[in-house]
Amino acid sequence: MTDFPRWRYWLVGIVMVLGLVYATPNVYRPQPAVQISANREAKIDAALQKQVAADLTKAHIPFQDIAIGKDRMLVRFANTQVQLQGSDTLRLALGDDYTVALNLATTVPHWLQAIGARAMPLGLDLQGGVHFLLSVDENAVLKKQQQRYLDDIRSILRQKQIPYDVVSLSGDGVQAVFKSADDRDKATTAIGADTTDLNLTDARTPGGGYALHADIKPDVLRTLAQAAITQNVTTLRNRVNALGVSEPLIQQQGQSRIVVELPGVQDTAEAKRALGATATLEYHADDPNVNPQEAQRTGDVPPDDRLYFMKDGTPVVLKKRVIVSGDELVDASAGFDQQSGMPDVNVTLNSAGARRMLDFTTENVGKRMGVVYIETTPVVKIVDGKEVHTSRTTETVLNNAVIQGVFGKKFQTTGLSQQEAQNLSLMLRSGSLAAPMDIVEQSVIGPSLGQDNIKKGDRAIVLGLSLVLLAAAIYYRLFGLVADVALVFNLLLLVAVMSVVGVTLTMPGIAGIILALGMAIDANVLICERIREELRNGSTPLAAIRAGYEHSFPVIVDAHVTHLIASIALIAAGAGAIKGFGVTLAIGIIISLFTSLTMTHAITALIHGGRHRKLKTLWV
Amino acid sequence: MEIFPHNLNINFLGMRKVSIVISTLLVLVSIWAIMVKGLNYGLDFTGGVLIQVNYERPIDVGDVRTALTKAGLDHAVVQSVGGTRSISIRLQLPKNRDRHVSPDQVAGAMSKKVLTALQAGHPGAKLAQAPDFVGPEVGQQLKQSGIYAVIVVIIGIVVYLWARFEKRFAFAAVASEIHDTVITLGIIALVQREFDMTVLASILAVVGYSINDKVVVFDRVRELFRLTRKAKTQDILNRAINNTLSRTIITSGFTALAMASLWLFGGSAVHGFAITMLIGILVGTLSSIFFASPLLLWFGVSKNDLMPVTRENPELARRP
Repeated sequence: MTDFPRWRYWLVGIVMVLGLVYATPNVYRPQPAVQISANREAKIDAALQKQVAADLTKAHIPFQDIAIGKDRMLVRFANTQVQLQGSDTLRLALGDDYTVALNLATTVPHWLQAIGARAMPLGLDLQGGVHFLLSVDENAVLKKQQQRYLDDIRSILRQKQIPYDVVSLSGDGVQAVFKSADDRDKATTAIGADTTDLNLTDARTPGGGYALHADIKPDVLRTLAQAAITQNVTTLRNRVNALGVSEPLIQQQGQSRIVVELPGVQDTAEAKRALGATATLEYHADDPNVNPQEAQRTGDVPPDDRLYFMKDGTPVVLKKRVIVSGDELVDASAGFDQQSGMPDVNVTLNSAGARRMLDFTTENVGKRMGVVYIETTPVVKIVDGKEVHTSRTTETVLNNAVIQGVFGKKFQTTGLSQQEAQNLSLMLRSGSLAAPMDIVEQSVIGPSLGQDNIKKGDRAIVLGLSLVLLAAAIYYRLFGLVADVALVFNLLLLVAVMSVVGVTLTMPGIAGIILALGMAIDANVLICERIREELRNGSTPLAAIRAGYEHSFPVIVDAHVTHLIASIALIAAGAGAIKGFGVTLAIGIIISLFTSLTMTHAITALIHGGRHRKLKTLWV
Repeated sequence: MEIFPHNLNINFLGMRKVSIVISTLLVLVSIWAIMVKGLNYGLDFTGGVLIQVNYERPIDVGDVRTALTKAGLDHAVVQSVGGTRSISIRLQLPKNRDRHVSPDQVAGAMSKKVLTALQAGHPGAKLAQAPDFVGPEVGQQLKQSGIYAVIVVIIGIVVYLWARFEKRFAFAAVASEIHDTVITLGIIALVQREFDMTVLASILAVVGYSINDKVVVFDRVRELFRLTRKAKTQDILNRAINNTLSRTIITSGFTALAMASLWLFGGSAVHGFAITMLIGILVGTLSSIFFASPLLLWFGVSKNDLMPVTRENPELARRP
């Protein structure tokens, strides 16, 4: 068949080889392992390796291999049962200096890893773990912002000395009431100069006052809500890291949801405690007029003040009023002071926080300011045989430093040891959730169920595919066999693309693979039927092949494009499982176009295209 | 090997009155089933708590229901999962619950209540794992995105077919697609199969599969219209169906083969998907033969409708 260009043979050949190579890693099943990484100063070295081996041997837990990698150590085990025992033992033995996490170690050979070939990550339904869907309370974001603008507007009015009757929360914002229209106009100008985030409208109160409505603009509110979710995702990630899970999935889903998937974890209670802990920060002014030691002794604290303690138990008396809170903190990092070379912590605030900090420091140079760290952990207690859910709040003063000068957006905290600086910046960052969250969905998939699913899914696919391959070979003979080769490569290529792109394989994904294979079958059936038809109409074998491919081209393209539209709609409109199904289907359809139109054509042309052969009959 | 004689010429369009009446009846019955019996929505949609309990000895599902009713848990859906010793119980979250209590805590309380009720009769009953739960708003959103997905699919397909064929083809295809989807949903509602996330995925897959079938027949109709000089529309449609009949049934057969193996051996996770696809394949195949083309005839498609497209599209004109 001379009309089939040579470069296409090459293309088909290269694609087949690439597909084979990049699909291969999936044959190597990952091995259960425990990953050890160091916290703070602790080191991953040969000494630790020895210690780990000794600990495991002492507990009679068989392990296969201990390898030191970049910043981490991997201990491999024979199965998940032993892996769980091993991780419990090591967690106890190594203490807080190391994070011990469940992991699945790859067994893919190095030469494959070197060319970027890797196995498909498995979804939770296939490897077991816990799944949470958290819903962020958007209303709380609004409330919080309202409160902030309320404070801001009050301080602006006071600063500009504009007399007002009352400033209160209303609707989507704040309402301020004035005695005269003149005052109101002045306030409008002052607030407008300060921020553009508010819609300012005039109104009259029933009592005859001049009211000014300051509503937060909807797009500002949307931006704030999105920022809140982003911050929550970051905070959750920090907390999950503390939990020691190796490839956790934490991502936003839809407008106000966050999905958290922790592979390998089976204990929901432990996971929830880590996720549920809320921490926040507050900057308070120190009250220099009160002696903390005396206040602690007598319990006599002024009404505007509160007695706090530092980590080492030193008492501190701070003002109750909050200057800046944790959600106004943009960044905190440990470093060294440029001039003195002493360790310090660099803090960056957002603009609202910066303004209040500027106002405060302007008046308070030389006085002290304390940072309070507030952590709330949900606690379950058994009282009279009943479970009682409470929460425990711990408030500690991280640092109480002298204000050296006037500052706003950026400032440094110095006078710390390097270790203290590191710790403080970590605490500042791991900070707060910007909005409270509720768990709205929770499920546990046992590891055995996951393995069972894989086994069954594998078996069903192999069986279904072999039945179809057999049926095609019987019904369409030689052309059926060609179609079979294309079908097998369709599966290989699909697996290869999914592996390289990193699409997570789930049960619905497997269903998508099967459906995509159905599309490929259909395309081949169309071609074979068409060739038979051409033969019946009296074409010579070669002409029949040519006409068969040519005539089935438009219908195959139409069918694939319509199906592709359907799968893209699934990706666009669906979330979670539906989306995974759509992604697999879409990739499969595009590959099916290639395998059924180009690959089978190339193979057919190769078989029937010998220059000296005269084709009498076709085996179709 | 050939199953169907190639010179087959069944007058499918001759049966169009009967077939359209049957199709219409099926759609009406399906709508009735969906409206009156309703879909048996799963946990994914209704929200609620799913509790799995393992027993030491085989247990009768009826006993479990009685025990739960006694404890005042009336609307529990009890099913056995894999074998007779473990069952799953689905409960709705209380409607007017306290906003301050998280669904998580409600779920914990409910599973405790269920377990107490069950252990009264069988002390060996144990929770298999922590209860799964889905908040009511999650399911609401899933329903919305499901409906949204179907609408997007339909619009996309109408636009594409309108451009590639002609508007009557687009409408006939979409009408038969809705026909297939409604009947598939109707059957699910009739047998009260649980409608969960995987069944939703398979309904969306049926939408894709069914349109594929119609496109193949319509493509042949278009080709025959362009090839033949004088022929009645009805004869053209009949020939198109007969010419593609072998392909229609073979493809359906092959796909059904794969789905059947998924259904029989794929485990509970894909069970719902496979069975819905099997129903969808059957309905879709029949409607490609008996419903879609009569609809085309009814819409008054003619040779002239397809000619302008040829002139506008030089690539198509080159084809015989």
